[in-house]
Amino acid sequence: MTDVMPDPLTLAILLPLFGAIAAFLLPRAAPAIGLGAVVATAAAIAVLGHLVVQAGTIFVPLGGWGAPLGIELRADGLALAMLGLTALIALGVGLGALAAFAGETEVGGQPMARQRAFFWPLCLLLLTGMNGVYLSNDLFNLYVMLEVISLAAVGLAVLGGTVAALRAGLAYMYASLLGALMMLLGVGFVYLQTGRLDLAGLAGAPDSAALSAAFGLMLVGLALKTALFPLHFWLPEAHANATAPASALLSALVVKAGLYILLRLAEAGPFPGEAILTLMGVLGTGAVLWGGVQALRAERLKLLVAWSTVAQMGLIFVALARAGLEGLSDSWRAAALLILAHAVAKAGMFLAAGRIKDVIGHDRISELDRSAVRPALAQLAFALAAISLIGLPPSLGFIGKWSLMEGAMMAGNWHWVAVTMAGTLLSVAYFTRALTGFLRFDRVRAPLDEHRGWALADAPPVVLAGLAVGLGLAAGPILAVLDLGTPFGAIP
Amino acid sequence: MIDMPLLPLIILMTSLGAAPVLLALPERSARLRTGLNLAVAAVKVALVIWLAWKAAHGVVYDLRLSVLPGLDLHLQADPLALMFVALSAVLWLVTTIYSVGYLERGPHRARFFGFFSLCVAATVGIAMAGNLFTFLLFYELLTLATYPLVIHRGTAAALRAGRIYLIYTLVGGLALLLGTLALWGLAGTTDFVPGGVMAEVAAERPAAAQALFVLLIAALGVKAALVPLHGWLPIAMVAPAPVSALLHAVAVVKAGAFGIIRVVYEVFGIELAQGLGVTGPLIAVAAVTIIYGSLRALAQDDIKVRLAYSTVSQVSYITLGVALAGPVAAIGALAHLIHQGVMKITMFMAAGNLAEGLGVKKVSQMDGVGRAMPGTMAAFSLAALAMIGLPPFAGFVSKWYLAQGGIAAGQDWVIALLLGSSLLNAAYFLPLLHRAWFRDATPEAANAPARRKISLWLAAPPMVTAGFVLVIGVLANAPFSPLEWTRFIVTREFNGGL
Repeated sequence: MTDVMPDPLTLAILLPLFGAIAAFLLPRAAPAIGLGAVVATAAAIAVLGHLVVQAGTIFVPLGGWGAPLGIELRADGLALAMLGLTALIALGVGLGALAAFAGETEVGGQPMARQRAFFWPLCLLLLTGMNGVYLSNDLFNLYVMLEVISLAAVGLAVLGGTVAALRAGLAYMYASLLGALMMLLGVGFVYLQTGRLDLAGLAGAPDSAALSAAFGLMLVGLALKTALFPLHFWLPEAHANATAPASALLSALVVKAGLYILLRLAEAGPFPGEAILTLMGVLGTGAVLWGGVQALRAERLKLLVAWSTVAQMGLIFVALARAGLEGLSDSWRAAALLILAHAVAKAGMFLAAGRIKDVIGHDRISELDRSAVRPALAQLAFALAAISLIGLPPSLGFIGKWSLMEGAMMAGNWHWVAVTMAGTLLSVAYFTRALTGFLRFDRVRAPLDEHRGWALADAPPVVLAGLAVGLGLAAGPILAVLDLGTPFGAIP
Repeated sequence: MIDMPLLPLIILMTSLGAAPVLLALPERSARLRTGLNLAVAAVKVALVIWLAWKAAHGVVYDLRLSVLPGLDLHLQADPLALMFVALSAVLWLVTTIYSVGYLERGPHRARFFGFFSLCVAATVGIAMAGNLFTFLLFYELLTLATYPLVIHRGTAAALRAGRIYLIYTLVGGLALLLGTLALWGLAGTTDFVPGGVMAEVAAERPAAAQALFVLLIAALGVKAALVPLHGWLPIAMVAPAPVSALLHAVAVVKAGAFGIIRVVYEVFGIELAQGLGVTGPLIAVAAVTIIYGSLRALAQDDIKVRLAYSTVSQVSYITLGVALAGPVAAIGALAHLIHQGVMKITMFMAAGNLAEGLGVKKVSQMDGVGRAMPGTMAAFSLAALAMIGLPPFAGFVSKWYLAQGGIAAGQDWVIALLLGSSLLNAAYFLPLLHRAWFRDATPEAANAPARRKISLWLAAPPMVTAGFVLVIGVLANAPFSPLEWTRFIVTREFNGGL
């Protein structure tokens, strides 16, 4: 690599950023620019993957200034897996958006041309922020990237332009700003205490009350951003009322940024202690149960899917907490697997739910079976995604749950096993509500014309949902990638 | 002949690969669907014969795909697997033919045959699973694939049955997941090994081993319909006749029974299980189930519900034979796995024909149906007599070995149990035969117009399987009979203990 040619880490952040600017300036060409930028970013990530496989962890000082003063990017296996997954989801959702925003008008919403024009800059800005979070190696950079994500996410949430979406988007924005503020305060305290912001510097920092307070602030801020129960209040409405491709990005990617930062903080710092881990597990349990119950009561399909995100995020916190005394060194793999599994499956599921809504004309669960048109492929995608989210074998979700329960059992923490079981049963119950509706088309009076429900637009959700199930068979290689550069140290 | 190490995977893929194609076929492409169904089913039978031939000549099939460190998806073709695969392949072909006739011009055929195919793929996977982890995967797939079949009619009763079925089987599936995890944690492997993998664990922590045994058997007992976990089976009878036939003969109930065989013989090992003192309670549960199922069957007027309770009772013969822990009883148990399947599928298809052809769904409506549908009722009668245990039919052979096994195990009361059960079998089946052959049809039934002409697609399959019932009973000692095959398996499981 020459000095003129930027490294793939920088490219993974800059390519989507330039794409976002170009797409904003040239709205007519936005879809082409957007897809091109996503593909180019994926290519940069592929090159990066090659390097990480060879070298383990890669550090790149920006502008020639290394840590602790300058900004430094870092890529290891965990970052690589997240980058690859994010590019994949952006590509899938982008292709889905091409179909979703085709046509001219939408009843009660913004004209399609406007959605088409604004979706791509926001999507690429989100990709910039996500990739930035994955590659950042210092607290301030993480904070900035988190803000970039929030900006894009709020824009995506209100893209549909309906009153409900705007109202939910406003709540989302307040929650997001508050979370960011707490994060910034925490970052500031850390700087005052230690005089440096790079993650490696945290490891050697002496324990103090002020530092604990700083971490506490950051933790609460991140919990708010990841919608950890009981700070989830903004999520269901925001995710359910956005247009389907936006919902897919919000649910699959945005909430994962906070979790990823949490993982990185835990990797670097002395924190979190056992008490905090247990608290995360308890709150996660609350999310699993409350999210499950609310999903059971939801009347609309997209709201059900959104509540299932609350429950699934709770499960990931349980996965973080499951190992007890061993701390995160043991349990992060289960959490990472669940993060990957949820991202792929939920992207596919929201796209599928959007397709079903478009084809049938509504998404009221009680009337899903009363349509003259049958969106068969979208239903298939929804079912496949549900298999992974429930955690049935051989899906990636199953592998994640297996790792979670295995570790909990080995540590003797049977209560976390019980929580996982309860969450699984709840998810079966609420997804069955939708799936039974798909199977029941006997109450239709009009003759059934099942083929009108098929379109090329069904391909992205089917592929994403299929991957969510099929990637379970590739769990071995995925774990091998996660362990590149040994984040969290070697396998115990 | 060329060697095909992937043969087990190919056999699995025949029906697994056919499922999405069948689901995607347009509703009106009936001929294409029928052709594809029959072709795949026939190819599968041929492949299974090939596999059995190769395996009998010493070829070892062993396919592994590592999923997590130390944890593989593992397909193999040991004799026990071959037995179950052969049963499912043959009966699938027969049931497919029957289903084509049964669903002629009915709604949702694409969906039906798609999930039907998936269901059989799951059964094949269960049979060839080389460890409990792989078994679990296909066990869950079976639950998912059968649910749409159970609620196929879409009526309120069907949906209710589906919900109950799903609750039972998914809770059972979760228990199996927990058991698999616990086995993995305790023994460090989930492999099926003749003689078991739990010896060390049992020596160190007998209480944990006992708890694991109870958990696994309870998880599998849901599908095997062990009392008190049998509640879903009679309710699931709202499913179409071919689904009931498949559920009772090879798919769901047998998956549970087959799992119990694997767990007792190849996770714990029969001697260890005896040493842990867990076989005694299992014998008791099986005995209670045998008697309870028969007693409940007596009181049912609905033919299919009566058959369902009969299944509850008959499938527990398998559990009984396994738990008796002797080689002779084991032969009876394994032979009954096949025999019960062939007998029960005959009866369900015949019952389906009665309902379709004459509208007869209740025992009280059966007067004179023998004259109206002689072929179907002959098949039904033959299977019923075999089920009662009349020599020389298939059911007699299994009961004979179970009784011998009981004596060999020093449990002479098993003979009384089997006699009592046979009497009860007779008490709930003979009245049907009596009504069908020796009573005249009621006037209104005789004058009622035929509801539907029973085509050869519907009439032939029960007669063919009735022929199997006769042949595997009469020729039980011939080479390649199911009984001979089970002797071979048992020799292996008991390390030449015969």
